[in-house]
Order: sequence, then structure tokens, then C-alpha cells
Amino acid sequence: MNVRVLLFASYADALGADSLELELESPARVRDVLAAVQGRARHAVPPAPLVAVNAEYAVLDRLIEPHDEVAIIPPVAGG
Amino acid sequence: MRVALVTEPIDAAALLHEVGAQASGATTLFLGTVRDVNDGRAVVGIDYSAYEKMAALELARIAGDAAARFGTDHIVVVHRIGTLGLGEVSVAIALSHAHRGPALDASRFIIEELKVRVPIWKQEHYADGTREWVDPSRQAQPSAAGAA
Repeated sequence: MNVRVLLFASYADALGADSLELELESPARVRDVLAAVQGRARHAVPPAPLVAVNAEYAVLDRLIEPHDEVAIIPPVAGG
Repeated sequence: MRVALVTEPIDAAALLHEVGAQASGATTLFLGTVRDVNDGRAVVGIDYSAYEKMAALELARIAGDAAARFGTDHIVVVHRIGTLGLGEVSVAIALSHAHRGPALDASRFIIEELKVRVPIWKQEHYADGTREWVDPSRQAQPSAAGAA
């Protein structure tokens, strides 16, 4: 299953891209996405960052559907 | 109730007008502004960026929570994205309520929730020409310093 992962701010800088296309085996969960991203660039992303699926914060066990929008959220700093 | 991410300067007076209501006895305005020093380093500007779709949704969720919790729909939250200079307004929260207590509490609630939930990031530009992404979880907390 192809999953597009959005990257922002320090994570986009660290990975040199604002999104990644990942090929994952079904069924895939948020934790599988994180493992794949960390496989691309160890140390660029911490072990358990915040993750959003379809613009909503998601837990590590959340199942990913083929057209979900997954985003890895660096420490937020609004205001 | 309205929330927005904008790139142009925020007009606070217009927001106050927008939340005005004859049933309101109290109106509050919170402005976050770009400060000239952070963590001991001289700051000359800040780039704000966002996961815009989610940031707008999270702002709406927070405003909705505040409306339900404090009992007013007269709430406007606007966050600016882009490059801001010293003293410029990065976030504005205007609201009105029948009474001052819940008006002040709602304003505080919204800014505190925004700071921990809304996917917005800032990269500070320093006087020495360097830039760094701000990670609030790594910075010393003023309250902890005050308690020491």
C-alpha cells in the first residue's frame, strides 16, 4: 500500500523534503509509518513524535487506509 | 465564532468590533507579539509556518471547546503565518461574554490550548544571522525558574 506522509518544519529540513511516498504492507498502523520514516533518516525524527491522520491527532495503533493523509508533527510552537 | 490563518497583518480593532454584542458586558483581546529576545538570544524576526488544513481545524475545535465550556459564541481567533518582524502580532484572540470572569478565563484557555495543540511552527532569526526552529519542550520554563 502506498502512503504519502507530510513533513513540516524541522522534520522537513532534516529529511530534505516536505513529503515522502512509502510502500507499506497492509494492514499498516501509525507505528509502521514511523518505523519506515525512521528507516529513511535515523535521528531526523524522534522515536514517538505526534502523528496526525486526516488532520487529526492519532495514536500509534491507528490503522492507515490507502488514501489517508498522514502527517508527522514536530513540536508545535504557535502563539 | 471564527478562526483563521492569515498572511497579512492582523487588525485587532476589527476583531474587537467583530465580537462586540449588546449582551456582552466584557470584551477581551489577547495579542501574541514577536519578542526581541528568546532563551538569551537576540531575535530579529520569526518565520511562522503551519500544516494549514489541520491548524484551521484545531483552532476551530479549540474555539468550539471554549464556547461550550465558558458560554459564549462571540470568539475570533486569528493566527498569522509568514515572516514577522519585532513587535508584530502573531496571534489574536478576541471574545466577548456577559461577564468578565469567564471572558478572561476563555481567553487564557484558548491561548494555552493553541500553544500545545495547533500545528504551527516558528523559526527564529537571530541577530548573528543564524536561524533555529523553536522547540518549546526544550526551553526552560519561566514558572520553574520563578519557583526555584
